[in-house]
Amino acid sequence: MSRGRKKRILIAKPGLDGHDRGVKVVARALRNAGMEVIYAGLHQTPLQIVNAAIDEDVDAIGLSILSGAHNTIFPKIISFLKDRGASDILVFGGGTIPKKDLKNLKSLGIGEIFTTGTDTHEIIDYLDRTLKR
Amino acid sequence: MKKKLSTDEMVKRLLAGDRRSAARLITLVENEMDDHHRVMSLVYPHTGKAMILGITGAGGAGKSTLTDHLIGKFRNQGKKVGVVVVDPSSPFSGGAFLGDRIRLQSHSRDDGVYIRSMASRGYLGGLSRATYDVIRIMEAMGNEVVIVETLGAGQDEVDVIHIAHTCLVLVTPGMGDDIQAMKAGIMEIADIIVLNKADLDGADRSLRHLQGALTAGSFEEGEWMPRVVSTVSVANKPEDLQGIDELTETIAEHQAYLRKSEVMDQVKYDRVEQELGLIFKDELQKIIFRGLRGTGKKREYIESIIEQQNDPYSVVKEVLNNYLIPGE
Repeated sequence: MSRGRKKRILIAKPGLDGHDRGVKVVARALRNAGMEVIYAGLHQTPLQIVNAAIDEDVDAIGLSILSGAHNTIFPKIISFLKDRGASDILVFGGGTIPKKDLKNLKSLGIGEIFTTGTDTHEIIDYLDRTLKR
Repeated sequence: MKKKLSTDEMVKRLLAGDRRSAARLITLVENEMDDHHRVMSLVYPHTGKAMILGITGAGGAGKSTLTDHLIGKFRNQGKKVGVVVVDPSSPFSGGAFLGDRIRLQSHSRDDGVYIRSMASRGYLGGLSRATYDVIRIMEAMGNEVVIVETLGAGQDEVDVIHIAHTCLVLVTPGMGDDIQAMKAGIMEIADIIVLNKADLDGADRSLRHLQGALTAGSFEEGEWMPRVVSTVSVANKPEDLQGIDELTETIAEHQAYLRKSEVMDQVKYDRVEQELGLIFKDELQKIIFRGLRGTGKKREYIESIIEQQNDPYSVVKEVLNNYLIPGE
């Protein structure tokens, strides 16, 4: 097995939303692409997510939000990361997120948002491209 | 964007308990980056005081859930706790799905608990190669208890015994009779056997089998005889949990036993011997491969083995004779 740097990705579902089929499909796809996926599961608060990301020294945080709370949760994550001097951790997400919100979320520092119907290869390619370090 | 701290500065912050530095150093060690050995040399003097608790057992036996309860017990004693949880790497992609944090959430807001998930990265034995060093880093961070949870173990993933002072082996009802319990390997390394999910059918029978197998062993006077503790670690109401207090007390008893007896000296000696062996193996391999690569001989040797003109044992003998023991 190859040694050296492996991409570590924290995958979580923040807030009160129990639909985790999609996030599990993504987690599995990243695993099969050779990444180490730390799966934090359902009902995570933004603070829990950021603390876990720091302790696990991940390269990126992937969030699945289907509840409509994206405009609250994403900014909180970005701001907690900033407070802790961890803004170098990439944040990306997916779920049912209206197109009109994408621009604003990206301007806050969210790397990419993958809405429903995205091919998992697109997510893997994006992470491979973005996390070269 | 990323602030690059020097390794020495990170170790300094680690010793002050800084989580981010601990996290970064663990990554550095896990990936065997350049400063790996320097980090460990700096960290080593600050280790050796923590209690290291190993938890092993089959996948789904309840290791993480039980760990979550034990963290709470140690926190009640005012101790800082570090936790390493290992899950397997994929033999196909090298990726991993590390899912233990899900069961370790009771303490996600507690600054006195540091949890790190690790993939086995092809290392056999139930741990990852870096686990030894990661435990040291957690000790240096100021954790008084370090819990090491292995990946789901079968019969022979017993490396945790080379790391832990006290070893828990989790079994569940219906996992076999006393013959299974008498086999060598994982059942032998238990200081405490935990019969988890003891509210399931067949628990009484399993308990009898386990106790029967243990009492069939002969123990010298003063020697620790492994105990069986029955636990229920998932319940709708906290009062329906079972055996967690008894388990905590039994762990404390084993610790007291270790402190009193001379066993601990032997444990320490064996552990350092094991670790030295591992490091020698790794380093010698690196030196030899590096040397061979320089001469272009590595490929030649490997191809000669593939083509069956040579065998691995003869190659190793030749290389060692030619390069490492000149004149002999």
